[in-house]
Formats: sequence, C-alpha cells, structure tokens
Amino acid sequence: MTQTATPRTLQVGKIGELVPRIDAPPKVKGEFAYASDLIVPGMLWGHTVRSPHAHARILSIDISEALTMAGVHAVLTHEDVPGKKTYGLEFADQPVLAIDRVLYYGESVALVAAEHPEQARRAAEKIRVEYEPLDPVTDMELATEQPDLHPERPTRGHGYFDDQRPNVVRHMLIKHGDIDAEGDVSVSGVYDIGIQDQAFLGPESGLAVPDGEGGVDIYVATQWLHVDRAQVAPCLDLPLEQVRIHLAGVGGAFGGREDLSMQVHGALLALHTNRPVKIVYNREESFTGHVHRHPARIWCEHRATREGRLVNVRMRILLDGGAYASSSTAVASNAGSFAAGPYEVPNAFIESTAVYSNNPPCGAMRGFGAVQTCFASEAQMDKLAAALEIDPIELRLLNALKPGDVLPTGQVITGSMPIAETIRAAAALEPPPEEALPRDVLRLPGGAGNTTNGEGVHRGVGFGVGFKNIAYSEGFDDYCAARVRLLADGSAEIHCAAAEVGQGVTGVILQVARTELGIEDVRLAPGQTSTVDSAGSASASRMTWMAAGAVRDACRAALEEQQRRPGEEVDVEKIYRHARTTPLDPETGQITGERAHVAFAACAMKVVAEVDVDLGLTRIVWIGCAQDVGKAVNPQQVEGQIEGGTAQGLGLALMEEIQTRDGLITNASFTDYLIPTALDMPPVESVLIEDPEPDAPYGVKGVGEPPTVVSTAAIVAALRAATGRELTRVPVKPDDICLVSDT
Amino acid sequence: MDVLTPHTLDEALRLMSHHPDAWPIQGGTDVMVSLNFDQGRPAVLLNLNEVAELRGWSRENGALRLGSGLTYAEIEHGELKDVLPALAEASRTVGSPQIRNRGTIGGNLGTSSPAGDALPPLLVEGAEVECASVRGLRRIPLGDFVTGVKRNALEEDELITAVWLTPSNAPQTFMKIGPRNAMVIAVVSLAVSAGDELRASFGSASPRPVLVTAPRDEAASFPERVAAAASPIDDVRGTERYRRHALHVLTARALKRVLA
Repeated sequence: MTQTATPRTLQVGKIGELVPRIDAPPKVKGEFAYASDLIVPGMLWGHTVRSPHAHARILSIDISEALTMAGVHAVLTHEDVPGKKTYGLEFADQPVLAIDRVLYYGESVALVAAEHPEQARRAAEKIRVEYEPLDPVTDMELATEQPDLHPERPTRGHGYFDDQRPNVVRHMLIKHGDIDAEGDVSVSGVYDIGIQDQAFLGPESGLAVPDGEGGVDIYVATQWLHVDRAQVAPCLDLPLEQVRIHLAGVGGAFGGREDLSMQVHGALLALHTNRPVKIVYNREESFTGHVHRHPARIWCEHRATREGRLVNVRMRILLDGGAYASSSTAVASNAGSFAAGPYEVPNAFIESTAVYSNNPPCGAMRGFGAVQTCFASEAQMDKLAAALEIDPIELRLLNALKPGDVLPTGQVITGSMPIAETIRAAAALEPPPEEALPRDVLRLPGGAGNTTNGEGVHRGVGFGVGFKNIAYSEGFDDYCAARVRLLADGSAEIHCAAAEVGQGVTGVILQVARTELGIEDVRLAPGQTSTVDSAGSASASRMTWMAAGAVRDACRAALEEQQRRPGEEVDVEKIYRHARTTPLDPETGQITGERAHVAFAACAMKVVAEVDVDLGLTRIVWIGCAQDVGKAVNPQQVEGQIEGGTAQGLGLALMEEIQTRDGLITNASFTDYLIPTALDMPPVESVLIEDPEPDAPYGVKGVGEPPTVVSTAAIVAALRAATGRELTRVPVKPDDICLVSDT
Repeated sequence: MDVLTPHTLDEALRLMSHHPDAWPIQGGTDVMVSLNFDQGRPAVLLNLNEVAELRGWSRENGALRLGSGLTYAEIEHGELKDVLPALAEASRTVGSPQIRNRGTIGGNLGTSSPAGDALPPLLVEGAEVECASVRGLRRIPLGDFVTGVKRNALEEDELITAVWLTPSNAPQTFMKIGPRNAMVIAVVSLAVSAGDELRASFGSASPRPVLVTAPRDEAASFPERVAAAASPIDDVRGTERYRRHALHVLTARALKRVLA
C-alpha cells in the first residue's frame, strides 16, 4: 500500500503519468464541438410537444392545423412509431410518444420537424391535445396504496421480491444475521433527500441523418452507444445494423444520459422526412428531458455495544422513482447494499423500496443510491458517537470494513478495501487556520451578498466516509470491447465505444495503448456502434477499469498477432469482462454466488464550514479528501474527478433541488435551480490511496462517484457541528438553520 | 422581429412613438432571457445601445444624473462607488462580472421586479425616474414609478432615460440574501442609510418598493419596523417567515454598520 500526495513528476503518456487532457484547450477556448453544435446542410429542426400535466388521460390529438404551418415537414404522434411503441434501459415501460395517457410533467406527446426551430415551435403550439387531468400520485409514502400507474408490472418476473402493493418498482430486503439483535445503545433518525438534477451544461442534443437506404445515423451526446442502438432499432422496426449511433460532444452526463432523450424522436423525424433532423432541448425542457436523482426518505436505527461496535443496523429506505422504471431497480438495490456504510455489521435488516409516482422520473445519477444512504448512515454514526461519547473518527475506525469481512449481503470482501487507511489519511489532513476578521465578504457566509462582517458566524468541522460498488452488479453481463489496428506506418488505431463524457476515458485509453504497445503514435477512432462491439456504459465508475481491461487485452493480442505475421497490418478485437456477479436472493438479499458486486471504492472527507447561524447562510471553507483509487491512471484527472464529484455533492448539501407542486416542476431553470459557483466551492486537498484492486487491470478502481457519495454527508456534518442543529434533510435550507428550535 | 437601432435620443423617441409595442433593449440581461424562454415575441426590438445620451452619469447643480444605460460594472468600479456606496454594493451582487458589464439600471427599472437589486438603494437615496417621449420629459419619484410586480408608470411611448438624485452622503449599506454565495436573485435584500433620519428599503419582500423611515434615536425599534413593513410571500426561492426574519437580522446588522 502506498499513499501518494500530488502533484507528482512522472513520465509522459503511459499509465500513472500526469497527462494533460487533449480536449481541455478546445473546451476552455470554446472551440469544442458539442452535440448542440452539430450542423449539416439541409437539416430540419425537431421539436417535442410535452405534457403540461403530471397525470392525465389523452382524449384526442389533432395535428391538422400544425401540418399546414409554414416550414413544417412532419408532425408525428405515437401512431407514427413503426415498431415497438415503448422503450427503456431494462424495462420497456416508457412510450416513445404518449399513447392514451401521460404520467409526468414534460412527457413527450408529439413531434414536429420544420425548416427553422421557431417554425417548429409555432407549429407545436397548434397541435391540439385534449387532456382529462387525473389525480397525480405525488407522495411516495402513499404511492403503494394508490391506483397502480403500471398495472402490467414491467419489473415483475425479474427475480425481485414479489411485492403485491401498487406502484412498487422494486422492494428489496436484506436480512443479515440476527435481525433482532439488541445492542447496549441505540440511535434513530429519519432523513430526507430532495430531488437533485444532473444539471449538465450541455442540454440534450443530437442529429439524425437518414442514409437513403432506410437506415439512420444518429449523432448524439450519450453515455452508452450500443444500449441506445438496442432501444432505438426496435422502435424504428429496423435491424441493429441499420441504426448507427455516433458519439457527439458530450457536455456533461452524470447518469442523466443513460436513458434515451431525442434518439428515437430524431430518427423518426429523419426517416419520415428523408432529411437530417436536429433536436436540441432548451434548458427548461432539459429539466424534464432526463431522469433525476431519486428523492428519498430513510428511517434508521443503529444499535451498538457500549464500546462502539455496531451490532445491528436497521434501515427502511423509500425512493421515489417517478413515472417510469428507468434504473430504479438497481438504484434501490444499491441504496440497500450500501446502506450500512463501509462498516462491518454483524446483523442488519434493510428494506429498500422504489415506487412509481407522477413525479419527475428518476434514474441514474452519480452515486446511484449510495448518496442518499450515505447521508443517513453517516449522520447516524455521528449520533452514535455522541451517544457513546466516542470520537466520531475513532468510532468509524473501530467499525471500518477490511478484506475478509462480510457485507450485509453475505458477500466476503476478497479485493481491496482500505477503509481505515482512507479514514486516517483524511483525518490527518490539516485545514488552514481560521482567517482573521475583517475579511472581504466574498470569504464569509453569504458571499457577494454582503450580509455579514462576521456577526453570527460559527465554524464547524465535519467528517464523513462512504463507499460504493464499481461496475454493474447482480448478474448483469457487463463487458467492454476494444479493437486495435497496428498499421504499416508503425502507428496504432484504437476503436472503443467508451463514451467520453468529460471524465477523460479518451486519455485513459491512449495511456493504456501506449503502455502496452510501447509506441507513442496511437490514435483513438471516433466512438460509434458500427466499427466495434459495445463498451458498456460510462457509468457506475466502471469505464476506466473496463476500457483499460479491453484495450490492454486487445493490444496484447495485437502484438501476438503481429509476431505471428510480421510486416502485415493487424486488426484485433477483444472483449473484457470483470468477475462474474450473481443476483441477490429476493427473500433475504443474500448473495447466491460468490458476489453480487464486483469491487468497491471508498472516500473520506474532512470539511470545515462557517455558518451564519442568524441567517442560515453557509460558506464551506476547506475540504480535505482521501480517496481509495486503486491505481491513479492519470493523477491530474483523478483530482479533477474528486473536485467535480465533491462539488456535485456540495450542491445537494446546500442548494440543488428540483421543486415540484402536484408533480409539476416549479424551478426548471438555472435561475431557480442553483448549482455551486466558484465562490461556493472551496479548495479541495486530495490524497490518493493506491491500494491495487487485485482483479482489475493495473489495479485501477473507478473514481468518479465516491466523492459525490461522501461530500453531501460530510458537509452537512460540518454544518451540524457549526450550528448544533440536527439537519436531517438535504439540501439544507437557511430556514432549517435559523428558524427551528431543536438542539 | 425587427431590430431598430437609433443613434440619438430624438430618433429613439420617434421610433418609440411609432412602435409603442416595441421592447426597448439595452444590456439584454432581462429581455434576452424572456426571448429565450419564449415569454414574448415583440414585433420590434428597440436597441438603445447606440444612444449616447443614455450612457454614463453626470453632475448637474449638485444633483446626479445616472443615464439609464449606466451599467452595474460602471457603478461598482468607478467614482460613483464613493458617492453611492449602497448602490455600488448592490451592483456587486448582481449576477456575474459578465452580466454586470451588460446590465443597466435602466433595465432594472424597466423590468420593475420586486427583486431588482438597484431599486432599494435608489429609493433610500430619494431617486426620481426620468421618462421621455416625443411629448416631453417628466420625472416620477421611484416609489410611484413602480406600480406593482413587474408593472410601472411608463406610458407606452415613453423610455426611461435617466435616474436623478441628490446624494445624501449618509452612511449607507446594501445586503442581499441568496441560496448561494454569488449569482443569485435576491431571496430578500435591504438598503439602509443613516443621515438625518434612518431610511430603509427592501427587495423581494413586497410587490412595490417601500421606504421605511424613523428618527435616528429610534434605531432600537427600527429592525422590527422594517420587518413589519414588508409583505413577503412563499415562493420557490424562500419562505415568507424566513424573509421577515432575515429583514430583522439584516436591519440590525446594517444599523451597526451605518451608525458606527
């Protein structure tokens, strides 16, 4: 095990080296071509007609007037979907275009293609949709007693616990050890998490180009090219080969581009008009155009011995999945699997339920279920430490998971799990000394608002640790393909459909190829579905591990092939799979094979916050982070992921929340959905813990999610320390600090 | 949509009288957002950026004339920050530096939002709004100019050409609360001055600007008086209860600054 402080001086271009990003200069200079910049001669503009209701029956759709509008080439409804009428990542429960009902605000109902976007919008206004509004299901606690939004139960028969109640997407139970085991002490709490949005800056965008032979090319900002194709082709009633997905410049993803947005819509319009069609969502539309982080309510009871050893963790987790299944089943499972945190827990009873409602659909977002439970579980650990009068960091060290320990799912940890080391490294980081007053208001809570010169400001230090899985779990056939061509001129061309979503996988692939091939002249071909097999999703902190494995294997195979046929060009494709996982038992949540999850990555944070307790305004002063990264392929990018991931968690802690009223989003803009600015985000001091993952290529782990899992919890811990408030809900509102009377 | 670009005030006023439905645009920080959000489609945009008479500021007989095209950046960084410190502090809270380079006080007045950051400090300084049309000039006290939420006393052919005030030179300050530490629309804001009397005005806590005054020796009850004068609401940005509470806290802190 090594601990490496950055920056480091290393060689150039190979694994472990600090390699500048090739896409950084064009992005900084505004020259990078994002999907919204796509343009081809003769293209039309598509526009989506969306539901103004959270729940309604569609009585009729009249497109006759819209069809006569200037510049309009097509107006399409569900009747124009030639193939399968529904799609979905795993459960095809979402209509391409609404058929006889709408289940959420902003659901797609009809499409228009016109010469100019303004013409498309004006025509869209002339489409007359007659709705009969219905009572929306908006309270997740009541959803299981209300009329079933999906009586056909799309997630049934997939090996989950058979829950008969209405609107259950998945009900997951983990029964571990003696679920009634008592401790010497017990602490309880109820925690709430609001709906967070990925808030990527590049809205959904893509261009569909008909190929003149019945097929279509779709250039789109996405996270997984091949899963898009697998969903799009059946809806278009085309064989896979006739649908080619190409990666366009992605302006952020964070899970929000796992589900389809404009892919089928653009292709439908393009094939219908025989013209290229571009669709770009505006900001307001983007808030309804992708899934969000599940809001949650979590009931917890932690029982422990007098010495502080956890005896029994009992948690009930409720997640609102919104109108369609998306990835709610996996989010519910993750929330349950990691509910107890990175601690050894001999007994546990965990219930995790995702429900359908008419609220905005929720699915994948960075941290994927572990964010919500980390917030609850770490608050509980602090509560327990207070009840036992034990130092909170000591309490965490006392219970820290280590190799050989057993998770609540029965899985034995066989790989890397340096929780204690990670905790110690973060705890050892020293925050800068408190800055004296007077100060520039920009360095006080309230910032530019000039609300305090130091009055009411209290300082607090918080700590948090968390972990989550890497890659897909529970028996999913998770693989990544890479193809390597060794060319006559001595250079190499790599094909891999791994989506560059800003995380830097392009650089990782090139670093691996240079390392394996021992040459510098390596090119990565544009990501597309037609030249290489699937890479799987740029999700679940898996892409570095999986792409590194696939590219490594393909490079090695290519070199062997070259040995066999010297002087000839070589073209080899290899598929890499991580260790096989198996499903959890639906009744007990226990493993049915060796593992349900592949590997784990942890992160610990120390946070210094200043809070103006009279106004409830905050300033996060400093964050120290230690992260369990396996092997830092590119330390600079790892730090970038830590800082970005931390900022996203800070957003959830302090300000980011989609607000709804009766299922309707009331703040669908960056005026009212606020994300952190440079003045809100403190410097982050990072320590990388390099404890190689035995089964992973080069010992890597994923790094994108752990900081997001932990920072929300650690930041709120600092706010609690500064204010003495319980702060059981995120985002923390000023009212929660200065207008409540708890202690 | 036609964009008309006059080069003199006379030309601008003539165009306005011919196109009373035109949307005047200066910095565009409100108008362009409205257009982008498809909240309106004016037949004519009247681009005022080339009208020299609207730019900058000047002193005339002890009074100040602030052109409606005066930007927040000019207020924040120039000589005015010493003459109108609360307005300068308010300007610093507006958006980002890019927005402050474009946004103008004329636009802030024209939008007449209860959250307009320039309004409370101008009201405390007793500002009047100069409105012009081909029919002539008139001045309207700021408190009368704004008639409701995003409504004002402008006639359909009138343009906002300037703000007039006589600087009090009283100690003064501006504070604004937002859910993050920069680039926010006010959850609640406050301007306070302590000259011959205590004067306060707030943003995002009443449909129209309200001026609250009290003798200097009633400072102790002034926070209560300011909070009581507000009529805040619950909305996506904050609660009625928090706004009233915050006004109380802010006023007490502001008095500490201006009476020091």
